Amino acid sequence: MGISLDTIKKNPGYSVHIVKTAQYKTNTLVLKMKAPLKHETATYRSLLPYILQSNTATYKTTPALRSYLDELYGASFYVDVAKKGEYQIISFVLEIANEKFLHDSEPLLEKGIAFLADVLFNPKKDGESFDIGTFNNEKRSLQQRIQSIYDDKMRYATTRLVEVMCEEEPYGIDALGDIESLDSITAESLYSYYKQVLVEDEMDVYVIGDINEIDVQKLFNQHFKLPNREPERMKSVQKKVNTVKEKIEEMDVKQGKLNIGYRTNIVYGDPDYYALQVFNGIFGGFSHSKLFINVREKASLAYYAASRLESHKGLLMVMSGIESANYDQAVTIIHEQMKEMKQGNFSDEELSQTKAVIKNQLLETVDSARGLVEILYHNIVSGYAISLEEWLKKTESITKEEIVDVAQKVELDTIYFMKGTEV
Amino acid sequence: MEKITFEQLQEEIFHEKMTNGLEVYILPKKGFNKSFATFTTKYGSIDNHFVPLGKKDYAKVPDGIAHFLEHKLFEKEDGDVFQQFSKQGASANAFTSFTRTAYLFSSTADFDLNLKTLVDFVQDPYFSEKTVEKEKGIIGQEIKMYDDNPDWRLYFGTIENMYHNHPVKIDIAGTVESIAEITKDLLYECYETFYHPSNMLLFIVGPVEPGEIMEKIRSNQEGKEFQSPQEIKRQFETEPSDVAVKDRTLHMSVQTPKIMLGIKSADLNLSGQELLKKELTVSILLEMLLGKSSPIHEDLYTSGLIDQTFSYDFTQENGFGFALIGGDTAHPEELTAKLKQILFEAKTGKGISEESMKRVIKKRIGLFLRSLNSPEYIANQFTRYAFNDMNLFDVVPVLEQIEFNDVLATTERLIDEKFITVCQVLPK
Repeated sequence: MGISLDTIKKNPGYSVHIVKTAQYKTNTLVLKMKAPLKHETATYRSLLPYILQSNTATYKTTPALRSYLDELYGASFYVDVAKKGEYQIISFVLEIANEKFLHDSEPLLEKGIAFLADVLFNPKKDGESFDIGTFNNEKRSLQQRIQSIYDDKMRYATTRLVEVMCEEEPYGIDALGDIESLDSITAESLYSYYKQVLVEDEMDVYVIGDINEIDVQKLFNQHFKLPNREPERMKSVQKKVNTVKEKIEEMDVKQGKLNIGYRTNIVYGDPDYYALQVFNGIFGGFSHSKLFINVREKASLAYYAASRLESHKGLLMVMSGIESANYDQAVTIIHEQMKEMKQGNFSDEELSQTKAVIKNQLLETVDSARGLVEILYHNIVSGYAISLEEWLKKTESITKEEIVDVAQKVELDTIYFMKGTEV
Repeated sequence: MEKITFEQLQEEIFHEKMTNGLEVYILPKKGFNKSFATFTTKYGSIDNHFVPLGKKDYAKVPDGIAHFLEHKLFEKEDGDVFQQFSKQGASANAFTSFTRTAYLFSSTADFDLNLKTLVDFVQDPYFSEKTVEKEKGIIGQEIKMYDDNPDWRLYFGTIENMYHNHPVKIDIAGTVESIAEITKDLLYECYETFYHPSNMLLFIVGPVEPGEIMEKIRSNQEGKEFQSPQEIKRQFETEPSDVAVKDRTLHMSVQTPKIMLGIKSADLNLSGQELLKKELTVSILLEMLLGKSSPIHEDLYTSGLIDQTFSYDFTQENGFGFALIGGDTAHPEELTAKLKQILFEAKTGKGISEESMKRVIKKRIGLFLRSLNSPEYIANQFTRYAFNDMNLFDVVPVLEQIEFNDVLATTERLIDEKFITVCQVLPK
């Protein structure tokens, strides 16, 4: 079975992770930059990658930069900002054709690495400031991006749950930042933050494809020169639930959005993390799970009724879209399912099918280069080194008792309901 | 079983048409964990007026019935097929589009068993009045979920603007009112008409042995009885070439306005290589004009008219086709005017050139290679192409054939005031 593992090479200031595989027709380069999620820097970190991807001192305009990528057989290049636990992570992703499948064979990988270095180290600037035009464009763009969370009500309800639930914890901060902080950022202050990122962030580069490891390392030594650092690590805040919060907000929606948050008190790397995954699978992760069967199939209350885990913070979040008038019934059914889990009322069949689906899901994820990077990166965020084989093996061995033990740790924290106005 | 080789791409496809008319394609992919199969019928939301199998007269069915049928096919007398797939470690799904209904699964083990489950459940319907009624609540919530989504409303609002009569303007899921009319008998009638093997295509991609799989499918199909294939008669009202409505404004709970400009396509009887060439040529035109490497995009972005959500797309099938351009904007009126200006100026050659065409073609070739990494993309697109007599693997050769004169001619034909419409979503 093709389970790829990364070879990790520690260079000054960053690590290069290489996965050699003939599975793809492209080579994928992902640069991850990690720092603790903090209110003071969240909006800076959310804006920065968009400035860097716009242009460089070499490719002075976006059309020039994008034309260059087109010439490299339409290399795809994008950036992303996300939170994992209480870290905020910036990603640069470059996917580039493998010249093997093309009529002419330019050295595309080398050009890709050089391009990424140009984006990171050689921005278009004006003294100790980012180019003001670029800065203003991206500031405005980010403002619209932050506003658009509100426009998508399913997403907004999820955001509101996390804000209400984790009000006093870093995790309550949105990875996009906020409008107020954005207003106060200048092209100079962002440039100075950028210089800080280059010396302080924990940096990891992933290279996935049919490549030569020695060549790749040589190319990185040549193009990526960074100072050594001691990245700031933090453990996610584990908060005890004192009283369950219930927050109901009225909005102009046709469908009520019900989001429920629990504390699992278990994070990635903990011995019972695998049992927690199986717990979530039986409870609400899949279309054979209790939530889907009972909220959707049996009661016909919803189209979607599912749960997912935030592995690094230790949260379990349920989401469902319902008629506002059915709020009490839906909440009751969801509570009943949780009670069933805590009492161990699930069959051997539910257990074995959940294990089979989790295994399938993991193996499928690593079939895509991006999915593989996300799985490997869990280890960087958590500081553990868990191989996919170990993950699969541990999942296979989980017993009913272990799941019931995990269920006892799961605590209801917040019920958020976005209620329609038309009831 | 025939074998088709695509040398430059280092891919092989195995094909066989079963005696009952079912088309089967297998694309072996070494090195992948995952196998993926789609079982698709050429039946979508637009097929709402047809002669039911065994009858003489045309009949109209309620809006949203193809999608409703897709939901109900998963339910059997002894339970839900989703359960069956997860017991076998697979994850299953389905979707309904304007022209297709696809059932699919992916798995990393027990592929043969899962494939049998897929083929058997799609070929063995079980509908009852009770479960049909229950589904109305679930689909009602699906419809409301989309009602709250401004991007979806904008998309359908634009299509509604374009079409006078064609059923493409009807939401795929129908409405709460239209699905209320659906009965078990109507479902059987649609099923019998459109789920005949001769109207379906099975596509398999993954680390599989094609000869063995083909043999299993053959014996599975030979063990089942079907009526002899019959031509399906669909009817569509005549559709004028101009747009039905020039503009529409929807008010929703949003902070940033959104606009979408639609261009209704003409020459809707194309298929095969002609259709492929047209789709690719229009895509190249849009990319040249509005892509991130164009000075026009830079200008729109710098003047604050567009942001990262700006996008454009062109699609055409037998009987309908459109280009859609738009995104979030703080200045909906100004952006609309500007986009129209850009389109009309393109007819005079502004914003397009042979040089940028070549660059864009190169980009499209890279994009195509990238998409071959995705089994889902290959299976879905291959099927869509096959239903329109096109071949997915012709994309690169057809791209390489496109000349600047083709782009000019396409631009001239596509851009016309009477084909253009605009939909906006504004804050309440």
